[in-house]
Amino acid sequence: MMAPSGALQTPPVPAGPPAGDFLRVERLTKRFGEVNAVDDVSIAIAKGEIFALLGSSGCGKSTLLRMLAGFETPTSGGIQLEGREISGLRPYERPINMMFQSYALFPHLTVWENIAFGLKRHGQAKERVAQQVERMLGLVQLKPYSQRKPHQLSGGQQQRVALARSLALEPRLLLLDEPLGALDRKLRAQTQFELHSIIKSVGVTCVLVTHDQEEAMTMADRIAVMSAGRFLQVGAPREIYETPATRFVADFIGTVNLFDGTLVEDEPGHCVIQTPAGRFYVSHGITGVLGQKLSVAVRPEKIEISLQAPERTDANCFRGDVVEGAYFGASSLYRVALADGTKLQVSVPNSERHGAVIKVGAAVYAYCSPESLVVLTS
Amino acid sequence: MSLTESLAESIAGSAYTAAPRRWLDRLLHRNWGRTAVIALPYVFLVLFFSLPFLVVLQISVSEAEGVKFKSLWDYADGTLSLHLKLANYAFLATDRLYVNTYISSLRFAAACTVICLAIGYPFAYFMTKARPTLRPILVMLVSLPFWTSYLLRIYAWKGILDDRGVVNNLLLALHLIDEPIKMMYTPFSMTIGMVYTYLPFMILPLYGTLVKADPRLLEAAGDLGTTPWKAFWLITVPLSKAGIIAGSMLVFIPCVGEYVIPELLGGPQTLMIARVLWEEYFSNNDWPMASSVAVSMVALILLPLVLFNRYQTDVRGEGADAAAPAGGPR
Repeated sequence: MMAPSGALQTPPVPAGPPAGDFLRVERLTKRFGEVNAVDDVSIAIAKGEIFALLGSSGCGKSTLLRMLAGFETPTSGGIQLEGREISGLRPYERPINMMFQSYALFPHLTVWENIAFGLKRHGQAKERVAQQVERMLGLVQLKPYSQRKPHQLSGGQQQRVALARSLALEPRLLLLDEPLGALDRKLRAQTQFELHSIIKSVGVTCVLVTHDQEEAMTMADRIAVMSAGRFLQVGAPREIYETPATRFVADFIGTVNLFDGTLVEDEPGHCVIQTPAGRFYVSHGITGVLGQKLSVAVRPEKIEISLQAPERTDANCFRGDVVEGAYFGASSLYRVALADGTKLQVSVPNSERHGAVIKVGAAVYAYCSPESLVVLTS
Repeated sequence: MSLTESLAESIAGSAYTAAPRRWLDRLLHRNWGRTAVIALPYVFLVLFFSLPFLVVLQISVSEAEGVKFKSLWDYADGTLSLHLKLANYAFLATDRLYVNTYISSLRFAAACTVICLAIGYPFAYFMTKARPTLRPILVMLVSLPFWTSYLLRIYAWKGILDDRGVVNNLLLALHLIDEPIKMMYTPFSMTIGMVYTYLPFMILPLYGTLVKADPRLLEAAGDLGTTPWKAFWLITVPLSKAGIIAGSMLVFIPCVGEYVIPELLGGPQTLMIARVLWEEYFSNNDWPMASSVAVSMVALILLPLVLFNRYQTDVRGEGADAAAPAGGPR
């Protein structure tokens, strides 16, 4: 179950020089054989922003990240970092560092040597290297572990070493490849916040790749939902969740009830859609043609159910039978079968300890407000 | 309760009662099938290596008496006397010929190991860079020479390196030389033969470790500002240390004791311990002397092996000594 969470509360991105001009990706394409792994993608990322590429495996997010790092050469398009074209540079020439999936720590080196690796390669003075490594160890709270080898550390500690190693060179851009993917669920939730606060405290601009929507939503200022090498929607977590642009995005992020129907009324302030399940009155207008086929989306937590009929039953109200119920503690999830056979998912918060219980088999009214509905045309 | 009482109880509770019970438990719950499988190679080694070696050891310290050897001990007048003739060993350590032969054997073996490593490392490295579908074929090609007799392959080198061999004939035909170059029966021909024979033993363990290398480590090194060439030396080579050591042992140890190749391809300049050994046994018929040469050779080879084993246990034991300082044996 996906709660409608936004990114962590952080000070807004400073409105410096033209926002979104720090990292610019222009019409970037990567072709493998006949397949476009990344297909004509453009983005602009602001300084200090955390930008997440979210998608299922094979959507091209990792290829895009690897092109930013320099491990893949773009078939066409450009990458500019602070106005400088970098797509022709080798990985070791870019002011970019990456935290690899499952970390890729050097197994034969200690934590200290791992973090110092990049600093030594850049020919920094011994004292400067030691100073920076100590600073990084402090940042990720691993000072007591500096002389251990990676295999002597827990998964969470390894993850922090990897972060320290990628931050040690003070990169202009930090890339994170599935940063929490190798951690178990409980640890992940905790590490998510830690990672976020470290990155924000350092102030580095960051592009992260994940298939985990919760991770993307807690970590990122903006999310790009990717599929088949393209961006389907780019926006703040709240925007993507509350106003998905397409059926795919609505379905990919969280749970959604989708109703296919036709547009029967379209005014500036509202529109009405007729579906086999019933009439939907939506509080926003769309620029469509009457009779157009489209869909209405509504999140499970935005539907209410009750045994009594609500005040208005002419629209956004459906009768049905509860066919399944699951108690999750904080909320309960019900599946309601409507007259036309549609199964509606409804999430009800358990705000009272001994509130009224709706049993499986009960005939209920399910209703939602016009504001909670989103019309999707594609 | 007094201190002695509690002490006695703790001893009784832990050592006196628990230990035999644990021992009995282990005996009863032992997986005998497993034990048999593990014991089999041990039995084989004891029967066909340890026992014969003890016989050789015995001969090396006994006095020859015609075709027989004097008993190592006798018991008379209530006195057990032991007769260990150490003169052979003393002679070995002082005689120029033996000392020089040992040193020469070690030098040839070391040279062969270094050459095998120099050829084998890039070879194994590029094998791992081949397409995954091609790799099993390459591994098979490396082990292909094992399919023909080792003796035949050594003889074949005679045909190549002889004064009237392939190489000399070719060079003569091209008028690059006026008279054949002497290659056979020199350190050169023997080294070629040994490198050729033992190269697969270097390549295969190296390939085994290199193929497991994580390519993302090299990417990470590149990402942190390392050129591919430096990353090779800083990441690939240190991480293939186990393969380098295993391959070097597999080449070095048999090279020290190699007999056939020095016999067939070597000459007067190539003193090798195994040939001396053969002469002592079968030309001089001095079995005690020959045996002491053999025992010294085993001791000489055992040393690097023991060091290698210690290194291996260090590598495996690393997880346990979490508090150990960095470094350790490099």
